[in-house]
Amino acid sequence: MDARRESEPAPKNRTTTERKSDRELVVTRTFNAPARIVFEAWTKPELFKRWWVPKSMGMSLLTCEMDVRVGGKYRLVFGVGGSKVMEVFGKYIEVTPHSRLVWTNEEGDEGGAITTLTFEEKGGQTLLVKHDLYPSKEALDGELASGAADGMPEQLDQLDELLVTLGGSVGRS
Amino acid sequence: MVQYTTARLDASFAALSDATRRGVLEQLGREDASITELAQKFHMTLTGMKKHVGVLEQAGLVTTEKVGRVRTCKLGPRRLEEETAWIERYCQLWASRFDELDKVIEEQKQKEMVDGRKKRE
Repeated sequence: MDARRESEPAPKNRTTTERKSDRELVVTRTFNAPARIVFEAWTKPELFKRWWVPKSMGMSLLTCEMDVRVGGKYRLVFGVGGSKVMEVFGKYIEVTPHSRLVWTNEEGDEGGAITTLTFEEKGGQTLLVKHDLYPSKEALDGELASGAADGMPEQLDQLDELLVTLGGSVGRS
Repeated sequence: MVQYTTARLDASFAALSDATRRGVLEQLGREDASITELAQKFHMTLTGMKKHVGVLEQAGLVTTEKVGRVRTCKLGPRRLEEETAWIERYCQLWASRFDELDKVIEEQKQKEMVDGRKKRE
């Protein structure tokens, strides 16, 4: 499969999401670049804010502050038409250049999830694994339930529709 | 996909064709319960209740979890469907995020190549 992947012109890499256990949610994706470049896209605000909020989300990043070092804080403010709709923040608890990033998510009511990102380089490609560990089964259940019902921002519903539209046009570039 | 759904519907209807099993679902809708509690409530033997719960479980209507010596039953499917839907949406969000990230990364790669060339010249 890898051999085929290399011979075809830039196929789209697949994103997977899996609930690994009661408290863990894992997202994976491979990027066609060395770990250093992928890592920089996560840690340099000027790069980060260009991809974190896809246009299809209907939102924009009003503020993107990230102090990427152990104990450093981050804060992202999302807006629609210039007014704030959502804010997420936390702090970095582990920063290993080009291989590992760990941060807290403190916007929740109680303790939020801990996110661990690992960058694994192999043959010029980088496997990115985003691992979220929730404080309890209830916390992750709650997240899932609220998202499935009505807790998710309306913008994400629009995202679904837009993604379908976009689905038809990808692969053209 | 269609076949899967049909098979599941068959299993669901078969599971629901029994009054006791419908009663069990109703009961679990109120609160989770152990097999022992359910057996008592429906005046049945443990073995009998285990069979009913097994049928419900196979149809995906109930999930059970054994903790120590107690097997707790709870409603399964709605939860699971909601969870699957959420995970799908979450995955879509990340997929679209990562497609944007691809562009940024590609640009950075190009930039480094150009910069590298400049340095060598």
